[in-house]
Amino acid sequence: MALGPYASFIVTSYVAATLVVMILIAWIVVDYRSQTRRLRELDESGIARRSGRSATELS
Amino acid sequence: MSLIDFANPTRFLALTARILPWLIGATAILLVIGLYQSATAPDDYQQGATVKIMFIHVPNAWLSMFVWAVMSASALGTLVWRHPLADVAAKAAAPIGAAFTFLALVTGALWGRPMWGTYWEWDARLTSVLILFLMYLGLIALWRAVEDPSRAARAAAVLTLVGAINLPVIKFSVDWWNTLHQPASVFRVGGSTLDRAFLIPLLVMAVAFTLLFLTLHLAAMRNEILRRRVRSLQMMQASQRAA
Repeated sequence: MALGPYASFIVTSYVAATLVVMILIAWIVVDYRSQTRRLRELDESGIARRSGRSATELS
Repeated sequence: MSLIDFANPTRFLALTARILPWLIGATAILLVIGLYQSATAPDDYQQGATVKIMFIHVPNAWLSMFVWAVMSASALGTLVWRHPLADVAAKAAAPIGAAFTFLALVTGALWGRPMWGTYWEWDARLTSVLILFLMYLGLIALWRAVEDPSRAARAAAVLTLVGAINLPVIKFSVDWWNTLHQPASVFRVGGSTLDRAFLIPLLVMAVAFTLLFLTLHLAAMRNEILRRRVRSLQMMQASQRAA
């Protein structure tokens, strides 16, 4: 695949899109782990939801 | 069970757990197909290989407006029905929309330099998209600045609906003013002016990026619901300690 004289512009575009999407995915995964860890800590400290279900229950 | 039942945060979490793996799979498959088609698409007779930038620039530009439209619908849900999930949807969408808008600006600049001879021009299309990006940042800042989620929700919803005025300005800026940016070439009266060799990879990438948004949005909404659960449990914990 020959990208011609403007290869750097094309490659930079795709690299930028990949990086930004990777950062978004990483942010969402890290945030999910952080929230579930905090819920687990609250559950272990004996705090229950009004419904009586465990804090870590996702349904 | 009707569709409205899924507007319950607890049921929404259960639904998300079931459909997220399918969405992730469909997004990955379509992205692989779209990227392969983009890589093997022929060079344009005028633009050469730089036409490949279109396959990521255009989906990001479409999504930058689509995400704000989703947030505007959610804002109506917040203001009219005061539904907590509506605010969750809007708040979760904002950083994703900002990222897509940022990518539309960056890839547009990288496409503009070889084609127009400049990275940036203060024309109506580019400037209105930059304003959209700044509005995304403003909304994110607003949600972070106000601690009470319900107060932040109403203020953000009003700001979102006011900002929606920018969407038709972005869409029609190329028709209303003389712009360096080209007019619409896909969704236009009289049909697309793009050759099928470019149109098909572009549409596949657009669907792939839309699925990517839906996947990230559902996952971010799940996180936001959990964050609010943490907040309410921490408040219960604090009141128990105080009693």
